[in-house]
Amino acid sequence: MSCVLQLDAGGRLRHFLTVEGLGRDWLERIMDTAESFESVAVQKVKKVPLLRGKTVVNLFFETSTRTRTTFELAAKRLSADVLNINVAVSATAKGESLLDTIRNLEAMGVDMFVVRHAESGAAHFIARHVAPHVSVINAGDGRHAHPTQAMLDMFTIRRHKRDFSRLTVAIVGDILHSRVARSQIHALNTLGAREVRVVAPRTLLPVAVERLGVRVCHDLDAGLEDADVVIMLRLQKERMQGALLPSEREFFRCFGLTAARLRRARPDCLVMHPGPINRGVEIASEVADCSRSVILEQVGHGIAIRMAVMALTLGAVQG
Amino acid sequence: MKLAIVNGLVCDPVAETLTPGGVWIAEGKIVATGSPPPDFTPQRELDARGGVIAPGLIDLSVCLREPGFEAKGTIASETRAAAAGGVTTVCALPETQPVADTPAVIELIRERAEHAARARVVPVGALTCGLGGERLSEMHALGEAGCRAVGNAGRPLANPLVWRRALEYAATYGLTVFVRPQDPWLAAGGCAHEGEVATRLGLPGIPASAETVAVAQILALVADSGARVHFSCLSTARAAAMIGAAATDGLPVSCDVAAHQLHLTEQALEGFDASVHLAPPLRTLADRDGLRRALAEGTVTAVCSDHRPHEEDAKLDVFAATEPGAAGLETLLPLVLALVDEGVLTLPRALARLTMGPAGVLGLEGGRLQPGAPADVIVIDTEARWPIDADHWYSRGRNTPFWGQTLKGKVRYTLVDGRIVHPG
Repeated sequence: MSCVLQLDAGGRLRHFLTVEGLGRDWLERIMDTAESFESVAVQKVKKVPLLRGKTVVNLFFETSTRTRTTFELAAKRLSADVLNINVAVSATAKGESLLDTIRNLEAMGVDMFVVRHAESGAAHFIARHVAPHVSVINAGDGRHAHPTQAMLDMFTIRRHKRDFSRLTVAIVGDILHSRVARSQIHALNTLGAREVRVVAPRTLLPVAVERLGVRVCHDLDAGLEDADVVIMLRLQKERMQGALLPSEREFFRCFGLTAARLRRARPDCLVMHPGPINRGVEIASEVADCSRSVILEQVGHGIAIRMAVMALTLGAVQG
Repeated sequence: MKLAIVNGLVCDPVAETLTPGGVWIAEGKIVATGSPPPDFTPQRELDARGGVIAPGLIDLSVCLREPGFEAKGTIASETRAAAAGGVTTVCALPETQPVADTPAVIELIRERAEHAARARVVPVGALTCGLGGERLSEMHALGEAGCRAVGNAGRPLANPLVWRRALEYAATYGLTVFVRPQDPWLAAGGCAHEGEVATRLGLPGIPASAETVAVAQILALVADSGARVHFSCLSTARAAAMIGAAATDGLPVSCDVAAHQLHLTEQALEGFDASVHLAPPLRTLADRDGLRRALAEGTVTAVCSDHRPHEEDAKLDVFAATEPGAAGLETLLPLVLALVDEGVLTLPRALARLTMGPAGVLGLEGGRLQPGAPADVIVIDTEARWPIDADHWYSRGRNTPFWGQTLKGKVRYTLVDGRIVHPG
């Protein structure tokens, strides 16, 4: 279903809503394209004219400084005109429907919507209703998907590890509420990772999560055993109020990544986090800042990946 | 008016038989079935050749939307849809604005229904004032105004003690209590079955235990109170088994399931299709098959439509933000007939679950074809295929997961009290 919506009749990537259902060739093409855009960041003039004359709207129904900024930079480096709309404080707050907001912006000649929304399926809904020439990129919807984040993570892993088929990857923390984890799991499985583990207490794991193609661990030490990559997830404070966890302190004691624990993993294990990190809750500072941490690298790769996805969906580069 | 329906197969849902013959009607009552009575000269004859003559269908769960939500549907529009679907009696749920918690609202509904004159409307009164879950409604007065049942329309009650007292008070006046079982705490924030598909789509889940915990609680209170309880719109096989066991133990309980639950599963959520945003949510294949078995074996005695028409805008949003429910009056019969094609039920038994079964829940007169009974009769072309589209649809709500599909089984005639209400 997602593929029907994402790929057009000619097999071109029209929207980027989820990693799920996209073949390995597509994921590699996105990463290869991102690779070709990396040099733009170190040029004297950090711009290429691929999307000149195109208008990109960052439509954020949920605040997110980092993701919005990287999408904005990516669009600007492709020479697009960019509009940032924080919908939480504009149209829909006045009672306008989501669809009316989209149609009004579309009438202004928009070519692409980058959508962040608190409800799962929001990007799908918008993609189903936009005009044929308009593309939609999912910048995170509910608990469902955050495909560009997953792709920048894969890009970072590939940079360091090359061969996915040898990798054991542990994803640790609040899997239940994480759109990032879902997209990472799909991407890792599509790229042929040897094993994907999810590590969390039962309260932070969705039912039937193993059907996504993961091994479930409730013990961090076991989850880290011989891991090549460990991805820590952000923990929201409200999980304590929702009776999902007793305290941050107990979470850190059981699932926090410390240097001592990291020794269970392979010596060259990458430490990743989609950010922003909670030091002392998910991850100890000594690990967040250690040589194996690629957390800041992930941020940089985010721009190249988002440039790639924008250029591919708008047909500015060959898919 | 003397009327004869001839040349059909007459369905007896009691004996579960289909016999060639007809039905003869005079002054709104059935005079004879099978063979014509002596000296009967009909003023009009309806040819049922190739069709089945059956009792009019009785639907235990219908939102007519009036008063208060006329953009979604009116008593006139939805009873017209009922007639087209072969439904001659609808139980109108109390989720109106104002809520059907006073005799005045009940009388308004009955008057409008009589004026529309397309189907019988049996109002279900609100169990608590405003469906607020705290103060009991004036159930005696509601009973006098014509309610046979009361219910809280799936809205939570403040606590188990209020439930107990509501059941006891309803039992005092012989009112059946309709319960849509769902624990509000376990279901909070959910919009889809908590299972594999919701996990993948990231939709907040409603666990099966939200239903079974609520059923267990009410069953315990039925044992204390002696109230007669009908569980509406089950979605889990486990809940059906629990109610079946309780009924076997002698508790006065019964249950129904909505027709769409017998066909669709959580898989239908793929693509975030808002037309399958339903409450209770679509469950697993094992649940669907378990409900089918419970229906065939008689644990589930009725199939309802859980008709919830909406205006287009109600479904035009992100999945979780849309209003749950499907318009189902016109697809009720074909969806149940599809179970016959799939070997789940025989045709007479399938029709029994739409007629005699629901009639039994409320002690209604209809649901069978017998001399002296009101002539609520339908003629069905069981083999006719028809598209679910705007040209063949009467409900104001077009929010059905089956829109655009072709279903089998069409109503040729619907009669209420011997009057032809469909077509026409």
